[in-house]
Amino acid sequence: MNSRIGLIAANTFREAVRDRVLYNLIAFALLMSGASILVGQISIDIERLVVVNLGLTAVSLFGIVIAIFIGIGLVSKEIDRRTLYTVLSRPVRRWEFIVGKFVGLAGTLVVNTFFMAIGVFGALLYVAHHFQASDKWLLVALYFIVLQFLIITSLALLFSSFSSPLMSAVFAFSMFVVGTFAEDLRGFAGMATGVARWLATGAAYLVPNFSALNVISSVAHEQPVSGHLMLYNTAYALIYTTMAICGAVLIFERRNLK
Amino acid sequence: MKPSQKTTVIATTVLLLCMAASVLLLFRIDRLRSNATLEEVLYISSPKALKRMSLGYDGLLADIYWTRAVQYFGAKHHAGAKSYNLLAPLLQITTTLDPHLIVAYQYGGNFLAPEPPNGSGMPQAAVDLVKYGIKHNPEDWRLYYQLGFIYYMELHDYQHAAEAFARGAQVPGAHPFLRILAGQMADKSGNRQTARMMWATTFETTNDKSIKYNAAAHLRALQAEDEVTALETLVARYRETTGHPPASFAEMNAAEWLHGIPVDPLGHPYKLTPDGHVELAVPDDFPFVTRGLPPDFVPPEAPRVLPTD
Repeated sequence: MNSRIGLIAANTFREAVRDRVLYNLIAFALLMSGASILVGQISIDIERLVVVNLGLTAVSLFGIVIAIFIGIGLVSKEIDRRTLYTVLSRPVRRWEFIVGKFVGLAGTLVVNTFFMAIGVFGALLYVAHHFQASDKWLLVALYFIVLQFLIITSLALLFSSFSSPLMSAVFAFSMFVVGTFAEDLRGFAGMATGVARWLATGAAYLVPNFSALNVISSVAHEQPVSGHLMLYNTAYALIYTTMAICGAVLIFERRNLK
Repeated sequence: MKPSQKTTVIATTVLLLCMAASVLLLFRIDRLRSNATLEEVLYISSPKALKRMSLGYDGLLADIYWTRAVQYFGAKHHAGAKSYNLLAPLLQITTTLDPHLIVAYQYGGNFLAPEPPNGSGMPQAAVDLVKYGIKHNPEDWRLYYQLGFIYYMELHDYQHAAEAFARGAQVPGAHPFLRILAGQMADKSGNRQTARMMWATTFETTNDKSIKYNAAAHLRALQAEDEVTALETLVARYRETTGHPPASFAEMNAAEWLHGIPVDPLGHPYKLTPDGHVELAVPDDFPFVTRGLPPDFVPPEAPRVLPTD
């Protein structure tokens, strides 16, 4: 990796840690330990399921909230504090700044996910008393969640490259919601005719497909995830992220910062 | 004390007092509105709408609805309720959100099918629920067992029970009892031995305490009914032989018609009435028994849970 990108990424990571982003881990730990103890007493036979469903859902939602709320401020904060001018006055290209910011936040999210994953497995061990072979699929679900973070971070960065933080948050969150309905949108496109069909098909393929990246329910039931899905999801997430980052770079390169 | 310290002490004290006061007030408000619980309300009754609104996190939402269904049934059951209006919709939402949540079909069927106060008295809803489960989990033999169980125990429909057990027996890894049960149903021999076998299978295969209790209570009831029948037959024979009814079991014991005073499955001695009937000493401990009950016996609204269960 370009050393300048690495420096910007490291700085972004440090800044996120300094902003107490990792404090969410305390809330996560409390949530997991509380749920592990409580659910066994108030429900029937779903202790393991709840730990997996709640754990992975919390990992996903905490990460998405962090990705959106940190991602939208990555560019605007630097402009408001005028630190961007200092950075760009050095031999740093604008695209390097964007990519560095993305890598830094993605790294923060990966570290955050790593610690939360330890929490999930710890809670699982507490309720089930042992691990089983099918628990390896939880790692796949966690990997898919990280892929979701890459996409949503790149989208937050894309929107923040031309919009205010508030509007960027609205856009990014809307994309997340619409992305969970991507398969329904394709179904709707299939039923429509004429121009509506083309528009719906275009929209269905343009929005990120988050539904394919969510395998929480199936891994909770110990169902395996196919190797093909892993391969295609990885390729899709990387291509979509690259596309959004390219969009952010193109806009930021042309943005008048005076 | 510095001004800043004084402020800290005052603010902390006021905060704690307000917190305690708000909790106390909520207790009072809850007591005032004791009938205004939210239990009887389903704000969103469409399972499909809920699935969409879950944004892909339908597994967790299903767990929440399943817990709600368990809590709803438990609270109503404990209160000896006669109607469980929300139970079927709650189970439908749960299983639409997560069609692979096997426990919801297994226990949900047990909650729905029996007559109140042991269940909600909706055996057809239970059948529909378990059939939905089989559609989505055709490889799980426990669901076929559950379906056959409801047909046999609640609907007394031996033909459909036989079909369900026979289909379940074909599933790889199915419990061997399913094949036997299918045969017995096909003979339309809905006898006590079959019922005993089914409750014993339920007792063995469940991990849940409440289901185990229910199965144990049924097994106890079957045993008590058998013993009452056998004792009454013996009393009748004694009367025929001696020309007078026995005054007590002690008299029959002295005449060597019995070996000791007969006791029920919980160890209480059976009672012999002057007209030759045999009664349970503590019928409250046998919620499902149909024989050996005193004529003036009124069953409790909610079955007693015994320490032995």
